[in-house]
Amino acid sequence: MSESKIIDACNTYCPGPLMELITYMKQAKVGDTLELLSTDNGTANDVPEWINKVGHEMVSSEKVGEVWHLKVRKTK
Amino acid sequence: MRILVVGGGTGGTIVANNLARRLAGEIRARKARITMLSASDRHMYQPGLLYVAFGQMMPDELYRDQASLLETCIDFHVDPVEQFQLDQNQVRTKSGRIHEYDVLVIATGSRIVPEEIPGLAEGAETFYTEESAVKMFKSLREFQGGKLAIVVGVPHKCPIAPVEVTFALHDYFKARGIRDKVEMKYHYPINRIHSIENVAKWAKPEFDRIGVEYETLFNVKEVDVKNKIVKSEEGTETEYDLLISIPAHRGMEVIEKDKLGVGGWIPTDRHQLTMEGHDNVYVLGDTTNLPVSKTGSAAHFEAEVVAENIASIMKIGAPVREYDGKVYCFIEAGHDRATYAMFNYKNPPDLKPPNKSMHWFKMSYNQMYWTSVRGLL
Repeated sequence: MSESKIIDACNTYCPGPLMELITYMKQAKVGDTLELLSTDNGTANDVPEWINKVGHEMVSSEKVGEVWHLKVRKTK
Repeated sequence: MRILVVGGGTGGTIVANNLARRLAGEIRARKARITMLSASDRHMYQPGLLYVAFGQMMPDELYRDQASLLETCIDFHVDPVEQFQLDQNQVRTKSGRIHEYDVLVIATGSRIVPEEIPGLAEGAETFYTEESAVKMFKSLREFQGGKLAIVVGVPHKCPIAPVEVTFALHDYFKARGIRDKVEMKYHYPINRIHSIENVAKWAKPEFDRIGVEYETLFNVKEVDVKNKIVKSEEGTETEYDLLISIPAHRGMEVIEKDKLGVGGWIPTDRHQLTMEGHDNVYVLGDTTNLPVSKTGSAAHFEAEVVAENIASIMKIGAPVREYDGKVYCFIEAGHDRATYAMFNYKNPPDLKPPNKSMHWFKMSYNQMYWTSVRGLL
């Protein structure tokens, strides 16, 4: 059964939001959904670029207040 | 109060020594007791492994007897924990002994897991253990030129290591007079050459200047050892003659086995450093799942907060400090220059140009560490 997980990477500089997402993606199962929270505006471009290149699914991307919510699904 | 510290690395040693001083009166009055359980009777200065890989330090320079680093009132046992029984406030060790506690500090660190990537353990050199650092030095010594690839696993300890080893490799081959025979290519998991934006901005023109090619969004999928090709999750591949790896890490096996945290990383409150759901359990250093660097420096600053709070809880019944995410990392920019990155949850690192003074400060710190880990610096 697939699961959903929230990764709070707000206010972090190293290893940073995308590196956090990659860490949790390695631990996730195919079909799992991960929601990355980030206060770094660059994340809104960085995450879709990696997701598209590696071949996972970008589910949604929105900014709520100062926090980006980027939802992705592991597909392989 | 029975305080049990599990792990004798940087974080565990600093927290135990700091507590021993803060609670000296309570310990003398037998109102407090500090016990440390560790897997080894030796303490390794892990950043020194990078120097071992380049023949600049000998392995025996990295070690001190753990007991010699601890305040004498700390009850130290070489007897690693095999089972955490948090619901009963006790742990069971390898010897079969049960240790009960009122407050538990978990600082068990992390380990490399190159075996999780097919071919990586056999095909790549690394420097994250004494044995591998010595082996890497011997490989570098024999290397006469060709394609050298540097790859980076996620997550990894010491986030600065990828750029440090790259600059060190450049200087090493230059000193041997064969730099023009070595094609260096650096690969990094995200879409810039370092996770810290300012480090990436500084390192990119430096790589261009010294002739290091780079590929970003490269997460190692497998190594074809026979044909000497490293392949990425993103579908690209690189040929190599010598492969240098910053391997991915996991927390210690006992953490995963006892289901304290996925990947061996324990869910931890980012300010109080308590384990989620367990107010009397503190987590330090690499063992946390915090989105901060896995470095001795983070463990050091976290240890100071934890020690101060455990002591204040005993003295006044409340914690007095919060961890602000502070990390300070030296960055060696080759064999004779260095800079540093300092940051916390609110302030990004502001990188200064590398200079010789900072390199010599780092050289001094390699010795000062032993004062630091005793909790004196």
